[in-house]
Amino acid sequence: MLTNITKYLDATAKKYPDKIAFTDGVNKLTFAELRNISHRIAVKICESGFFMKPIAIFMEKSPNAIAANFSAVYSGNYYITLDREMPLVRIEQILQTLKPAIIICDDSTVSVVEQVSTDTNSMTEIWLYDEVSQTELTSESEKAIEAAINHSIDLDPLYVVFTSGSSGIPKGVTACHRSVIDYIENLSELLKVDSTTVFGNQAPLYVDACLKEVYTGIKTGSTAVLIPKEKFMFPVKLIEFLNEHKINTICWVSSALSMVAGFKTFECIKPKHLHTVAFGSELFPVKNLNIWRDALPNARFINLYGPTEATGMSSFYEVNRKFAEDERIPIGKAFKNTEILLIGKDGTVIESNVSEVAGEICIRGSCLSLGYYNDFEKTTDSFVQNPQISVYPDLIYKTGDLGEYNSYGELVYIARKDYQIKHMGYRIELTEIEATFAQSDEITLVCCLYDNIKGKILLYYVGEFTPADAVKALKQKLPRYMLPNKTFRLEQMPLTPNGKIDRTKLMEIYNHGDS
Amino acid sequence: MEKLLKILTDLHPDVDFVNEKALIDDNIIDSFDFMTTIGEICNEFDIEMPADKLVPENFNTVEAMYALIQSLED
Repeated sequence: MLTNITKYLDATAKKYPDKIAFTDGVNKLTFAELRNISHRIAVKICESGFFMKPIAIFMEKSPNAIAANFSAVYSGNYYITLDREMPLVRIEQILQTLKPAIIICDDSTVSVVEQVSTDTNSMTEIWLYDEVSQTELTSESEKAIEAAINHSIDLDPLYVVFTSGSSGIPKGVTACHRSVIDYIENLSELLKVDSTTVFGNQAPLYVDACLKEVYTGIKTGSTAVLIPKEKFMFPVKLIEFLNEHKINTICWVSSALSMVAGFKTFECIKPKHLHTVAFGSELFPVKNLNIWRDALPNARFINLYGPTEATGMSSFYEVNRKFAEDERIPIGKAFKNTEILLIGKDGTVIESNVSEVAGEICIRGSCLSLGYYNDFEKTTDSFVQNPQISVYPDLIYKTGDLGEYNSYGELVYIARKDYQIKHMGYRIELTEIEATFAQSDEITLVCCLYDNIKGKILLYYVGEFTPADAVKALKQKLPRYMLPNKTFRLEQMPLTPNGKIDRTKLMEIYNHGDS
Repeated sequence: MEKLLKILTDLHPDVDFVNEKALIDDNIIDSFDFMTTIGEICNEFDIEMPADKLVPENFNTVEAMYALIQSLED
């Protein structure tokens, strides 16, 4: 039985040593090189005596950054990916929560780490990738790696991914080997990944969406091309890139696919090799799906759904019929070895033959992550006992997503129970933006809304800041994808009779005033 | 031109659009807000943006954007 994810890479590096595992178009690593470099750094980590500790990887998105991730795993530790997209304040918050043993940097990030306030990193060692990846491998040092792996079990953490937290502090979702193995086994089967697959990766390495390309790759010997981020602004260049690298499989956030569809890109250029298109993380308008299906009539289109807390994706729907523009593409049914319970308002489970009754989507299975790093309270709030079982412990994760079954018995996502949104594929708590903004003394009242139709984050506030100052202040604390797209300064905030901010009224004001 | 500047400043109140000459290359407008920006421009000027005009050169400066808009209006 497979209990450690590194066994995938061990086998693939033997079977396809010289095949490209990861490339960003410029730098590349074969499977043998990937394993070799991760071993070199892992040896150094083992020598330093770290085991079962968090190791932060703060590097440019690149094949080398992936090798650094695996070095943490080969040494019996777990990783967390930091990114230059994150403002300093956020990096400090994450480091504060995590207290990593080591931060592995490259030339582009080491100066950022040096700015991090000293009380956060006094216990943390800072390593340079270029140096530690040169560590010598001996038969003795290989034994240290073997010992570390043999010492681990499949419930030990593999990574921590930070997601938006409603209180203003990001939450660290901690996932173990078993959950990722469970996910990757099922996903590779669903996407029919093998050594001929060439992925075009879009997701950053700091979200769990990148598990798809990274781990199916080391399992099957497929290749992943890390697509430079700026290609996603220019659709013709993006498709040219896909063709140039013979990319045949993509798993992108829906907004990236919508961008290509929206500008009639396929009238200029079509993907030549693409046969599998998976999308998800947010609603994909049927109009745009149809444009893709017309352009690629023989390709498979698969909708994926799942929260970070249930490790990667939990359910899928392969498009197999025509959809009208006002229909919603189902999220389908649960992956193998995963169960989705739709729990109604009265606490009972809604069966799949009962259509159009809304309930909260709850998930159980090996996919369930370990919970939030160093936050037992939030963990026990969301990971709760299965209401159907009263005689032994059985956890489910309450997603906060509302869903219903359609007449085909397929699950359909409806909306959130709270103020969480999906914007450009990123999961964001609107209340985190509010809480962060309210920290400024110049702000008296703040309310954040989301325009679902146009995909815009709207910030309304009362305070001394001009809109320019407001955005500047937020830029220092929040990642770019969380910044408001429109900022409105108000004289007075509309309030409900009991004194709360009237979100409905604000939305009316917006819809009225926005031309 | 003023209409364009107003759209851009509404979306990015913190950016000095008159003087920035490398909006795309310097990552001042990035992929998170580029689509919103294009959407607003198309709406306000009632134009359609063909995919082949979506290249960095057309968006690095306000002047380039304005020239593109004018060519699409005709």
